[in-house]
Amino acid sequence: MTMLGDRQQLAYIASQAADARVNVELETEGMTLNIGPQHPATHGTLRIIARLDGEQVVWAEPSCGYMHRGYEKLTEVRTFPQVTALVNRIDWLGSFANEVPFILAAEQLMGIEAPPRAQWIRTILFELSRIANVSLVLGDLGVQLGAITPVFFAFRDREYVLNLIEGATGGRFHPNFDRIGGLKDDLPAGFIDETRAVMRKMRKFCDEIEGLLFGNEIFEARTRGIGVIPRDVALQYGLSGANLRGSGVDWDLRRDQKLPMAWDKVDWKVWTHPDGDSYARCWIRLQEVRESTLIVEKLLDSLPSGPVMAKVPRIIKVPEGEAWVSTENPLGEMGYYVVSKGELGPFRVKIRSASFNNISIVPWLLKGVYVPDIITILASLYFILGDIDR
Amino acid sequence: MSSLAEITAVLGDAVEESFEKGPEGNVDTWVRVKTSAWRDAASVLREKLGYDYFCFLSAIDWMPSPYGRGEEDPTAEREPIDSTIRQGYTGGATRMQVFARLVNHRTHHGVTLKADVPDDSLTIDSWVGVFAGANWHERETHEMFGITFAGHPDLRNMYLPTDFEGYPLRKDFPLLARIVKPWPGIVDVEPLPGGGDEEGGAE
Repeated sequence: MTMLGDRQQLAYIASQAADARVNVELETEGMTLNIGPQHPATHGTLRIIARLDGEQVVWAEPSCGYMHRGYEKLTEVRTFPQVTALVNRIDWLGSFANEVPFILAAEQLMGIEAPPRAQWIRTILFELSRIANVSLVLGDLGVQLGAITPVFFAFRDREYVLNLIEGATGGRFHPNFDRIGGLKDDLPAGFIDETRAVMRKMRKFCDEIEGLLFGNEIFEARTRGIGVIPRDVALQYGLSGANLRGSGVDWDLRRDQKLPMAWDKVDWKVWTHPDGDSYARCWIRLQEVRESTLIVEKLLDSLPSGPVMAKVPRIIKVPEGEAWVSTENPLGEMGYYVVSKGELGPFRVKIRSASFNNISIVPWLLKGVYVPDIITILASLYFILGDIDR
Repeated sequence: MSSLAEITAVLGDAVEESFEKGPEGNVDTWVRVKTSAWRDAASVLREKLGYDYFCFLSAIDWMPSPYGRGEEDPTAEREPIDSTIRQGYTGGATRMQVFARLVNHRTHHGVTLKADVPDDSLTIDSWVGVFAGANWHERETHEMFGITFAGHPDLRNMYLPTDFEGYPLRKDFPLLARIVKPWPGIVDVEPLPGGGDEEGGAE
């Protein structure tokens, strides 16, 4: 607890004290509240069972599995190139980002690397899917608190980004564009100018959201000091992405890991926030969308020419071995542990998805909070159901 | 001192085998520890070397699937499947292995820890006391592989119905969809009409 900021420490102590107060001040009767599986505030079919004492949560537990699709089993009967079509659907708002770590793992085992232009385009599409993904949750934050306007802005502006992804890959939600050794195709004509224009629009969108939400008194009152995660707890639960950086850990896999991608070729900033509360997590996401638009612009400036596909055999057999590759996806660390036995398909794939870890902290985090705060805490943790259940 | 040397030094006798690969600055490390030292290895790495980020925990069933990859022609004679168990990096002696990944969030170096799970008892110590985040991962591994984690507070199913029988990620659990209907995806690796050569490269 030595590294915590003062405010974070106070908020943490307050939440612990609230925990201890439950059932002490008044003799009350507990009740069990079911949130979901179908509820407007759960982003899908997550069910949360909460035992309440008055307005306070004594015990809460998410109940997963309403969307389990068994991808780890299915990969064992697919060939390597076919797996991308499956993993696309894990985090459906940032699909392209799901394909990249798997392809990188297969490339690592085969000992090949995509040509520079393919690495650049991969990184650009990766950041575009982050923008499409996170801009939606920025709008969604308002809905959780009863403000309807931001979500319309989010849907309006996300559409521009989806159009870009569709223009380049042919798929709005499930591009399935990444190949072992490179990409399916080069960028279409006019993509670069169009992208620059959209990036400017997205920065304007960030300003709008910042003005609407982050300067808003109600928003601050509902999120500041709520749902505080100290940094050692965040690390223990394996939280990643904005949730970890919101607790003051300066760690971004895009910067801190050497991968055959283009992030280290341009300058950009990793944002952290010392507070660890709901506000910090939301604020980091906003800054990251801004930063992503800048990364995309800088990458477009330095886009190299050349082929987008390395020379690979038509029938891909991956040599025997094991590889772990993870990347900083919109939701956090997304990684694949790929075991190959030298066949057409993987022997075992362990999919480490960000939301599974991010949501596993919920039983700890919801203890002692008030019922309305459940909603803001869940919204600020930001999960996608497909990413929890896989 | 390299990361692997540090790890083997603090773990001492617990290390069965270790493995390292990758280019300079991006080295990945595998360490297999004794089954009895599984829990202690985690706490030692956490306390002494600062591997404080819990990434994931899962298991591998090293037995080749008796059903093959489900890509064969169902009318043709089945070729016998080689069922010898070959473990991957850092070897091993049992069919089931648990593996987990810890990362030092300051140096960004990650290590994949592995341990054999005895075939008869299928039990290994739980990590929940060391990393609270292991709770859900162990529940998932328990229902998918049937491995029991001694000391876990609550090994309820996460995904499957309570009365589900069998362990889906074990290799001898059949993927029924592949058995009742042949997979059409095999067309994917047949040569294209027009005689595309083997080393096609970029299309």
